[in-house]
Amino acid sequence: MTPTAGTIDKNEYFFGHKACAGCGGSLTVRIALKILGPRAVAVLPAGCMSAVGFNFPQLAFLNNAIISTFAGTASMMTGLEAGLRARGERDCTVVGFAGDGGTADIGLQALSGALDRGDNILYICYDNEAYMNTGVQKSGLTPFGARTTTTPAGARVRGNVREKKNMLRIVAAHGAPYAATASVGYLDDYMRKVQKAAGLRGVKYLHVLAPCPTGWGIASDETVEVAKEAVDCGLFPLYEYEGGAFRQTVAPKGGSIERHLRRQRRFQHLTDEDIAHITVRRASET
Amino acid sequence: MRKPYLRQAPGRELADYPEGTAYTAGFLTAKNAGWRSVRPVLRAEKCVLCLRCYLHCPDGTVYESGGALAFDYDFCKGCGLCAKICPLGAIEMETEGA
Repeated sequence: MTPTAGTIDKNEYFFGHKACAGCGGSLTVRIALKILGPRAVAVLPAGCMSAVGFNFPQLAFLNNAIISTFAGTASMMTGLEAGLRARGERDCTVVGFAGDGGTADIGLQALSGALDRGDNILYICYDNEAYMNTGVQKSGLTPFGARTTTTPAGARVRGNVREKKNMLRIVAAHGAPYAATASVGYLDDYMRKVQKAAGLRGVKYLHVLAPCPTGWGIASDETVEVAKEAVDCGLFPLYEYEGGAFRQTVAPKGGSIERHLRRQRRFQHLTDEDIAHITVRRASET
Repeated sequence: MRKPYLRQAPGRELADYPEGTAYTAGFLTAKNAGWRSVRPVLRAEKCVLCLRCYLHCPDGTVYESGGALAFDYDFCKGCGLCAKICPLGAIEMETEGA
């Protein structure tokens, strides 16, 4: 049974970290570890969550956690899983928490390799849609039109000209046993997926939309609301891929794409045509 | 409830530092309270302990204690998510030092 707010593990495995106030990424990590419990072994590459979790001597993980190379999240997970198995350790979930850059750009090859080998790991990408801890540079998962420091908005070019990579389809194309999108705006759905994934064998992949107040230009108390809105207006649909088929797990409640974009400072320069482009593209994908 | 907790920071001598790259998990040496300009305050008469605030806190600083909601003010950063997510308006953000 999926835990609820009342039944979930009361222990805090990610606590006292230095993430910005209202950080969606830290909520992603905190909730996953509460589901996976004290025997989870976490791997974090360079990125926000390692930068805020390991500030020696301030170490914010209660369970075993280790920093990997930026490119090597999945390969370190492979090694840890093999090592734990060799030592006869049981009931340990090897879980990775990598950002969008560490997953879709820099760590993609290692993830692809693990998927090819079919290692028994749980890979969680917290997607805040840019390289946030280094100061908001564009990643392969930055959406069209978003202003970052490397895709500035000016008179001629209005933010990022590229579309966001579809990581769920990339992972599904490897024939993964389980892959899903999730959002910190729908924690019940996310918790169910973490628990389900932990019980399956092979490479499980979760892609979690985790808004960043600092990089997105939203208030620190709007993280959850904006993450929910992204699902409801159809820009970030919640899917599950299992047994070769995709299934939608949360029906979008509807809502204005324009309102959702315009409340974020990173999209404030967009013209009506840009918003129309995003709307048409969304419709063509679903 | 177990969670990382505050301890004495290691000294400044070389011998106080680990030889390898591993160290004690859940080892905190500094609070985050100084980040905060507003603090969550509970209106207990409105709270029904649905724990939505507890679930959604990115810092894990909202918790249930003895049948009532409590905040860990040493580590709350004052983001205001708990107040925003409360369906009953049972949490208000008050300016620090006011």
